[in-house]
Amino acid sequence: MSKRRILALFGDFAEAHDAIADIRRNEVPGVTVDDITMKSPIEHPEVEEVLGDRPVHIQKFTLLGAVFGLVFGFLFLASAQATFLVQPQGGKAVIPLPANFVLVYEMIIFFAVWMTFLSFLFLSGLFKKRSRLYSEKVSLDQVGLMLEIDEDIAEPLRDLFKKHKVLEIREEVMQ
Amino acid sequence: MMVNEKDINEQIAWAKINTDVLRSMENPRKSYWVAVAVCLAMVATAVLAEYIQYTVGMGVANLNNPHMWDMYIATFVFWIGMSHSGTLLSAILHLLHADWRKPIYRFAEAMTTFSLLTAGLFPIIHLGRVWNMYWVLPYVSDRGIWPNFRSPLVWDAFAITTYLSASMLFLFIGMIPDLAICRDNTTGWRKKLYTALSLGWEGNDRQWRNFRKVYLLMACFLIPLAVSVHSIVSADFAMSIMPGWHITSFPPYFVAGALYSGCAAIITLFIMLRYFFRFEEYMTLPIMEKTAKLTFAIAMVWTYLNLIEFASVWYGHDMYNKELLIAKATGPYAPIFWGMLFCGSVVPFALAFRKLRRHMPTMFVVSILLNVGMFFERWMIVAPTLSLSHEPWQWDVMWGSIVEWALVFGSFGWFGLLFLVFVKVFPSVSMYEVKEMVFHRNMTAGERDVLRMTDHAKPVKQTPGVEGA
Repeated sequence: MSKRRILALFGDFAEAHDAIADIRRNEVPGVTVDDITMKSPIEHPEVEEVLGDRPVHIQKFTLLGAVFGLVFGFLFLASAQATFLVQPQGGKAVIPLPANFVLVYEMIIFFAVWMTFLSFLFLSGLFKKRSRLYSEKVSLDQVGLMLEIDEDIAEPLRDLFKKHKVLEIREEVMQ
Repeated sequence: MMVNEKDINEQIAWAKINTDVLRSMENPRKSYWVAVAVCLAMVATAVLAEYIQYTVGMGVANLNNPHMWDMYIATFVFWIGMSHSGTLLSAILHLLHADWRKPIYRFAEAMTTFSLLTAGLFPIIHLGRVWNMYWVLPYVSDRGIWPNFRSPLVWDAFAITTYLSASMLFLFIGMIPDLAICRDNTTGWRKKLYTALSLGWEGNDRQWRNFRKVYLLMACFLIPLAVSVHSIVSADFAMSIMPGWHITSFPPYFVAGALYSGCAAIITLFIMLRYFFRFEEYMTLPIMEKTAKLTFAIAMVWTYLNLIEFASVWYGHDMYNKELLIAKATGPYAPIFWGMLFCGSVVPFALAFRKLRRHMPTMFVVSILLNVGMFFERWMIVAPTLSLSHEPWQWDVMWGSIVEWALVFGSFGWFGLLFLVFVKVFPSVSMYEVKEMVFHRNMTAGERDVLRMTDHAKPVKQTPGVEGA
C-alpha cells in the first residue's frame, strides 16, 4: 500500500491542539500521536505536551563539553604553563594553580557552549532539505500538523481535520 | 488614576509583525542614512589617526613612562563594559521570564557583539607595532616570547574570546527562526543569505523543543561568563599594587559599571531604532520605562560601590591611596572626577520621573550623559593612578593627544557602523518572540478566542498542486 504525507494547516493553536487530542483518543485508527510532527511559528510547550513525552538530549552534550573543557583545559594549560615558564623560572617547570583555575573556568564554559550549539544543530535535524510540503504560512501565523500515513487512512484523517476547521490540506504521495 | 498601560498591543496581527519588521530592513527613514554617513566620517578620522600613529610612532599618542596605558586602555575597558548589558540582561530576563525583553533583546545582543569587536581593536592599536600583532598568540616559538599565565592580561584574552564566541552563538541561535521568516519573504541576495543562515529551519516541534533547551542552557552559561569577564578585566588593575587599583571591590564595581553603561546604551539605541524604523508599536513607552527603571537601579548600585570605595580608602589610611583620592577630587583631574559623579550619580535621578522617562528626546540626552559619565569613570580608573604613582619623579598629568581622541572618537563610528549595517540586514526586533509575547499574554488573560491567529472564515482548501509530487 502506498504511503502519503499530509500537512494540515490550522489557523490557531487551539484547533490544532484539539485535533491532536482526537488523534490521541484514537479517533482515526492507525494513526497515533507519534506520527505527528507539529510545525508552528512560535515555540509552544503547552501544545507540545499533547504530543506526549519527546525527550531532548542536548544537556548531555553540554555536560560532555563542560567536562572536556575541565580536563582538556587543565591538562593543556598545565603543560603549556610548564613549558613556557620553564626558562624564566631557571629550569623549574611551574604550574600556577590559581591562574589555572581562572583559565579552566573559562575553558569549561567555552567548550560547554560550543558543544551545546553543535549538539543543537545535530539533534534538531537542521541542515536537512526542507519538505516539499513546507508552507511559508507556518513561519507566519498558522500551525501545521504533518503525518506520514497509509493511503486508506487519508480520508478519515482529512475528515478529522475538517472537523477542527483546518484551513488548508497539502498532500504528497511518498515514493 | 494611572492607567495600567500594556507593554505591547496584544491585538496586533501576526502578519503585521512580519510585515513591519521586514519592511524596516528595506525602508528606513532618511536619518538612518545620515547616521551611516556620520559613522563613516568618524571611522575615516580614526583611520587617518591610526595611519599617522603607524608612520610616526607611538609618541603621537603621548604614551611615555609612566603613561604606558592611558586613553586606549580606558576605551578598551569602556567598550568591554558596554558589551555587558546586552547579552547579560537578555539572559537574566530570559531566565526570569520577563517577556518585555522580547522586542528589544535582539539589538541589545548585537550591541554586545559589536562592542566586543570594537574593544578588541584597542589592545591592537595600543601595541603600536601592529604588524607584530601575532606575537601575542601563545605558541611555542624560537623567539623566546613566553606568555605569562599569571598575568590577568592573558586571562583577559581567554575570557574575552569565550565571551565573544558565546555571545555570537547566543545572538545567532536566537535569530534562526526569524531568519527562516526572512528566507520565506525575500528574494535575491537576501534570500540566499537567509537560506544559508536559517540552516533549514522549518519550525517543527523537534526543532522548537531543542531550541528551547539550547537557549536556556546558553543563557545559564552566559550569566556567570559575563560576570567573570568583567571581573577579569578589573583584575588587570586590581592584581597590581598600584594605588587606586589594588582594591577588593574592583570586580563588582566593574561589573556594575559595565551593566550601567550597557543599559544606557540600550536606551540610546532603543530611541534611535524606534525612530529610524518606525518601531513605535514594538519599542513602546512602557518597555522604555522598564528599561529606564532598571538603569536607575543599576545606577544606584554603581553609586553605592563608588561611595564604599571612597570610604574604604578614606578609613583604610593607606597614604598613597588616600592622596590619590584627594588628588582626583581636587587636582587637575577634578573636572573629570566630578563630571563622572555628576553624570553617573546625579543625572540618573531624571529616570525616577515618569514624565521624563516617557519623553524620548530627554531620555536620549540622559542616556548619552550616562555614558559620558561611564567614559569618565574608565578614564578616572586608568589615568590618575599612572599620573600619581609611588615615585614623585613619575608624577605627571595626562590628557589625550589629538591622535588618541581621534581613535576614541572613531571607535564610536566603527561600532555605530557595524550596528547600523546589522539592523539593516537582520531583523532588529525578534518577530517570533513578539508573536509569543502577544500569544502568551492573551492566553494568560484567558481569552481563548483571541488565540485565533488567522481568519477562520476561509474555506477549507485542498492544494492539488502538490498531490502526487
